[in-house]
Amino acid sequence: MPTSQLDHRLKRQNLLDILFRGLTRFSALAVLTLLLGIILSLVIGSVPAIKEFGWGFLVSSDWNPVTDRYGALVPIVGTLVTASIALLIAIPVSFGIALFLTELSPQWLRRPLGIAIELLAGIPSIIYGMWGLFIFVPFFADHIEPWINDHLGHVPLISPLFTGPNMGISILAAGIILAIMVIPFIASVMRDVFDVVPSMLKESAYGLGATTWEVMYRVVLPYTKIGVVGGIMLGLGRALGETMAVTFVIGNAHRLNASLLYPGNSISSALANEFTEAVGDLYTSSLIELGLILFFITFVVLSLARLLLLKLTQREGR
Amino acid sequence: MLTLYKRRRFINWLSLSISVCAMGFGLFWLAWILWTLLVQGLPGINLNMFVQNTPPPGSQGGLGNAIWGSLMMTTLATLIGTPIGILAGTYLAEFGHRGWLAPVTRFINDILLSAPSIVIGLFVYEVYVVRVGHFAGWGGTFALAIIVIPVVIRTTENMLRLVPNSLREAAAALGAPQWKVISFVTLRAARAGILTGILLAVARISGETAPLLFTALNNQFFSNNMNQPMSNLPVVIFQFAMSPYDDWRSLAWAGALLITFSVLTLNIVARILFRQKSNTN
Repeated sequence: MPTSQLDHRLKRQNLLDILFRGLTRFSALAVLTLLLGIILSLVIGSVPAIKEFGWGFLVSSDWNPVTDRYGALVPIVGTLVTASIALLIAIPVSFGIALFLTELSPQWLRRPLGIAIELLAGIPSIIYGMWGLFIFVPFFADHIEPWINDHLGHVPLISPLFTGPNMGISILAAGIILAIMVIPFIASVMRDVFDVVPSMLKESAYGLGATTWEVMYRVVLPYTKIGVVGGIMLGLGRALGETMAVTFVIGNAHRLNASLLYPGNSISSALANEFTEAVGDLYTSSLIELGLILFFITFVVLSLARLLLLKLTQREGR
Repeated sequence: MLTLYKRRRFINWLSLSISVCAMGFGLFWLAWILWTLLVQGLPGINLNMFVQNTPPPGSQGGLGNAIWGSLMMTTLATLIGTPIGILAGTYLAEFGHRGWLAPVTRFINDILLSAPSIVIGLFVYEVYVVRVGHFAGWGGTFALAIIVIPVVIRTTENMLRLVPNSLREAAAALGAPQWKVISFVTLRAARAGILTGILLAVARISGETAPLLFTALNNQFFSNNMNQPMSNLPVVIFQFAMSPYDDWRSLAWAGALLITFSVLTLNIVARILFRQKSNTN
């Protein structure tokens, strides 16, 4: 082949290389643009509400479409409280599951059980919501809430939290369903980081006569502390943003109550319930500002989670 | 000495029992939910469900238009999201060794991966629905595509990193240009893993409800028009389940059973596929 023709082909392939590289780079940039776009559109959408209410929006518990006064306090508190209940339940359970999957389970059971727990994460959230509303909430109202009222409702200090009507639909029910939903996320991160622990460390501890629990609690857990916290934050991010399951069982009540047995509201369920029916710019814009607040909270939580998990992988490389 | 030993044994026994209980706790909910779905949903599953459209309150009908709408939007969203995801994932794995773009994208992508889906619905509402002035099937498709992208990016990057460097070097040594190395050697070597990622993404979006509420909304009739509001299973389930009519509720349960088992099947198939791939390596 003459050299000029070879040159020509080489140039063409070089051009294609540059094109290909540019295309992939463009796609990566598209992801960044997407995030910026989301933030920007939410900010622009909430400008009318920000202008009208300012910082007072965050601490006001008004929510009145008739007089056009809105405040975000009730949904924000609802979101934070349901997510905290979820974590309180999910953290110990996930730790138990991860412990079972890494140390206790027979080898042949590990995979099927791991998949079963991950399937729990695969069930769409609307299914949790429906099941929660029709099956769990009646059960909760008939059997669990009376018990809570009778036993925890009289304990000093915590009694205001646990006295209320036995109607099932409540912040507590929403928190419990959220817990079931985030368990698989936290458990699978914990299992993965526990697997990172060098077996030499564990074997040395066992060799010194430590029990399985001591190995877990004093060797594995300190070694993977950062990763475990990262996994918990990841679960928290999920719990904060979860929409459908909460919408079904939280009751969508714009009232602030000390008791966990009363219905309440969360940011995401306020959006799901009211957004399509909102009339007027200020109403819509207030709802969008709620969305912005939610995005901001989850953004911070998820960033922390990622940074912590990143730290762990850096140590793994050493 | 003996008491300390006994105490340690006891604590160990106690905590391990609690761990077994925690495992049982997790499995218990899975079993309860699946059992409920079977009991409530099976009576409603029949041919009519697939061919008839959603009924007005108080009459018989099916979910035909909702199933069709969901299939259309899920398919189109996957078709839009997958190429972008694969390309961006390729950038992260193959070109992202230097510069700021790759680490930042990776970080942002991880956040998008678990961002609340309802916020994505709000975003599409703001940039699409408000502009065109009405709810539309395309809006739902875009929202779902935005959820697909991060999942595909994540798996593509992870899978490409598993491909041994010697493969790339061998191809380069034969004189193949970089685009050929990547598209005909590395991406091909990683395709089972990438397919797993796509299946997981499809599983994720087939049950998503929140982003569709403000974008595709719902439509009582059969529609192929992506520029009009479009019926889809999750939103129909939401509306029917919240309604006071028994006919609607039983349809909602049947739809819930259908969605859950399709999603779980997709999940299991994806995992089996990935396992075969890792076995052959």
